Amino acid sequence: MATAQAPVLPLHMRRDRFDPPAEIAAIREQPGLGRVTTPIGRPAWLVTRYEDAREVLGDATRFSSAGLPVIPVPGAAPGEQRSGNLLMLDPPEHTRLRRLLTGEFTVKRIRRLQPRIAEIVDAQLDAMEQAGPPADLVPDFALPVPSLVICELLGVPYADRAEFHSRAAKQLDLTRPLEERGQVAMESRAYMGELVDRAFAEPGDDMLGMLVREHGDDLTRTELIGISSLLLIAGHETTANMLAIGTLALLRHPEQAAVVRDDPEATAPAVEELMRFLSVVHTGVPRVATADTEVAGQAVGAGDVLVVSLPAADRDRALVEDPDRLDVGRAASHHVAFGHGVHHCLGAPLARMEMATAFPALLRRFPTLAPAIPFEDVDFRSASVVHGLRSLPVTW
Amino acid sequence: MKIKADRDVCIGAGNCVLAAENVFDQDDDAIVVVLEESPQDEDAESARNAVGSCPSGALSIEET
Repeated sequence: MATAQAPVLPLHMRRDRFDPPAEIAAIREQPGLGRVTTPIGRPAWLVTRYEDAREVLGDATRFSSAGLPVIPVPGAAPGEQRSGNLLMLDPPEHTRLRRLLTGEFTVKRIRRLQPRIAEIVDAQLDAMEQAGPPADLVPDFALPVPSLVICELLGVPYADRAEFHSRAAKQLDLTRPLEERGQVAMESRAYMGELVDRAFAEPGDDMLGMLVREHGDDLTRTELIGISSLLLIAGHETTANMLAIGTLALLRHPEQAAVVRDDPEATAPAVEELMRFLSVVHTGVPRVATADTEVAGQAVGAGDVLVVSLPAADRDRALVEDPDRLDVGRAASHHVAFGHGVHHCLGAPLARMEMATAFPALLRRFPTLAPAIPFEDVDFRSASVVHGLRSLPVTW
Repeated sequence: MKIKADRDVCIGAGNCVLAAENVFDQDDDAIVVVLEESPQDEDAESARNAVGSCPSGALSIEET
């Protein structure tokens, strides 16, 4: 039967299960920069070393996040697709919008949420226990936990999850045509537009309500839609995939899983090590050089595109010894799995808290937790902006 | 050592608070506040770690 042939993905969007592909590791060993072609057919420099990654991501003046045109979608007003999408904006516009949100994600604020996060985690574990083994960890635990958290925080009805989960997965699916992904992104914006209008009419206690109440005059409607759409998708897709693939990584190393299960002190460094080792976001938004410059001794021209491989940088020996080994006992490293520079993940404190709550709780509830299928059969979701698992059958 | 923090550069990621809670805090907008400008011993070590973990480059150490 003829089926649609999945396109060959650019190197920086490929994985070999937990690992970046061997070709990327080889490029990291060579001087200068690698060469890749982006999905829109533009050649780009590939940055693979830790120090080079920090240099490029850390300099928003030399390397713009707003330099690449978005794929136009029929019916979208000019600028609408980018409006409020912090990832695709440069300072000072980026700074203005980010500062409206950072107060919601302080370490203190997130610590106050911890009991509620623990309740959400426990409720999912109760449901898994009542249903009995086997379970699929993705729909039964990894996806609902961060979805419930971001829905409550933002003010999105959890009852709408089937639709927004499906749209998010399509938007991030690298095997779908860019036009289709853009179209789905506009559907997401239309959905969020309804919620934003509701918040303008009757602002609640959630983040949408706060933004309308406190910043209603500073933000346009399309900016608010862009911000909220980004928070919804980034709030559940990233952590959900870390919870699923992180659990699998731990179960492949039962002695390390036991440490996370039994030693509360081990949790925080273990979360950082899982983030480093798995770096589920392949790359951030491609950067565009704003002037002729040099990276890793390689001349880079104004207008050149640069793609930074986060998993490659986080597997660099310049960051940690023996980087291809998962070791939850090592001291927390300054990995770039949350990015680096002004676009460093806004929700990082929340993601860390969700992981620090969910991993130990899952392993304590089911001390005999194990994959219910051979490792070779695990369905990795490589061809997505966020790496992870499509499903993970488990038993206990 | 003396800790310097540039509040205009800070992006409120909170990495410094997680790395060195006795040395750094955040205000209501998440922007860095230095609690202890000249940390000693263990806090000095945590502060160095915090500076290394800062994504925005807002933090620096002046050795005295």
